[in-house]
Amino acid sequence: MSGREGANYNFGFLFPMQDIDIADLKRISELIHQKYNYDFRNYAMSSFKRRVLRIMELKKLTVDALIKKLQESPAFINEFLDELTVNVTEMFRDPSFWRIMREEVIPAILLNHKQFKIWHAGCSSGEEVLTMCIMLKEMGILQDVSIIATDLDVNILEKAKSGVYPIKNMELNEKNYIRFQGTAPSLKGYYREENGNAIFNKDLLAGVSFRKHDLVLGEVFNKFDLVLCRNVMIYFNQALQNEVLKKFHESLFKYGYLAIGSKESLIWCDYANRFIVVNNEEKIYKKIKD
Amino acid sequence: MNKYNLNNSYKAVVIGGSAGSFQGMVKILSQLPKGFPLPIIMCLHRLKHVRNGFVEALSIKSVVQVTEPYDKEPIKKGAVYLAPANYHMSVELGNHFALSTEEMINNSRPAIDITLSTCAFVYKEKLIGILLSGANRDGAAGMKSIRDKGGLTLVQEPSECMIDTMPKAALAITKIDHVLKVDQIVEFFKELDKQYR
Repeated sequence: MSGREGANYNFGFLFPMQDIDIADLKRISELIHQKYNYDFRNYAMSSFKRRVLRIMELKKLTVDALIKKLQESPAFINEFLDELTVNVTEMFRDPSFWRIMREEVIPAILLNHKQFKIWHAGCSSGEEVLTMCIMLKEMGILQDVSIIATDLDVNILEKAKSGVYPIKNMELNEKNYIRFQGTAPSLKGYYREENGNAIFNKDLLAGVSFRKHDLVLGEVFNKFDLVLCRNVMIYFNQALQNEVLKKFHESLFKYGYLAIGSKESLIWCDYANRFIVVNNEEKIYKKIKD
Repeated sequence: MNKYNLNNSYKAVVIGGSAGSFQGMVKILSQLPKGFPLPIIMCLHRLKHVRNGFVEALSIKSVVQVTEPYDKEPIKKGAVYLAPANYHMSVELGNHFALSTEEMINNSRPAIDITLSTCAFVYKEKLIGILLSGANRDGAAGMKSIRDKGGLTLVQEPSECMIDTMPKAALAITKIDHVLKVDQIVEFFKELDKQYR
């Protein structure tokens, strides 16, 4: 169990000198909602609490100081959001998922559409978007696919757009790529190394539109053939998962595909019966009813 | 009176383990009393990128089939759960699981500290926490939070552990109610089970 991620913490932030109770967490989410129009009120409590405690630890703030800072310095909100949202991801995470994408899902879409649209909802630092682009390039169809990638965190969107990642992350990404069995011997052909970073070829992301979008408060803005939202809804409570699934349903063409994380499930959602399971192991669904 | 001074107020058992804990865990699960009434929530360190195999290996001899819960899955009495690969596993108010892909903690995801401390928050004094053999300090802080909320704490006897870093770390930072060998933990479960008959 060696640490390969940039961010790796001791349990200091989990059990800091200060704790935070649910009433204070609610005060924080109400304040952010009223003042900044982001809605964390229906986030899963356990991870929301850890994220807030982590920010208090990183910024050396007490609960009251944090609330004061959120009230008095609007510039702090982006920094706050950047730390609050979970931005841990990898390229080709779950290689078996990406093999099913390449061998079953994308070919099925291509049967009916030479050109199609993909939405990466909650794209974070963009590793999955880049993964998709590399896979589509290897399939020879990158130019036929229009991709929109969204997140509510503007700082992380900039990172995603840049296609630049710490070289130390590449060991894990390469391992995943080998297990994905891509057409290249390694990912090395897709990036150059500079100052400790892997800088991915610009043409890979050229057709991707990165936009700020809030899954919770944002409107449905387009229709897609495939929506990927893996390991994002796990941070929501069930009521909010239900609401967001309705938005995905509306954002999909009939017979469009939805992919969620391998340990997420739709079965508790109202709209579950408007989808069928295409692959249960990889949690890929297909919209069958409007 | 019973040996461990148990009663029937407990709502859950949470178990953490790492290197050297597998055999002990298998033994505990294989000798679990039939119809054991509490949920058993396990967080064991495991290979991050191997999703399959572990739950099956634990289930072979287990009295109860072990499952890896989905996000937001309700926690059932008598069920045995294992934290899935590459996710942290929390317990939420409302008695269901929540998974997350946050940063690793103590070089681990799943991290035992997260599972133990969220269980402590939800079940408070109605929780039993057990920490087995392991090579790092993950779980020690979680055991402290169980103890601080009034729960019952057990660690595997360090002399019996393949690697004793983990139980020793817990013993160093909090009061542990019982230091037991695996065979005694098996007996502990039997005695606990009797309280509910």
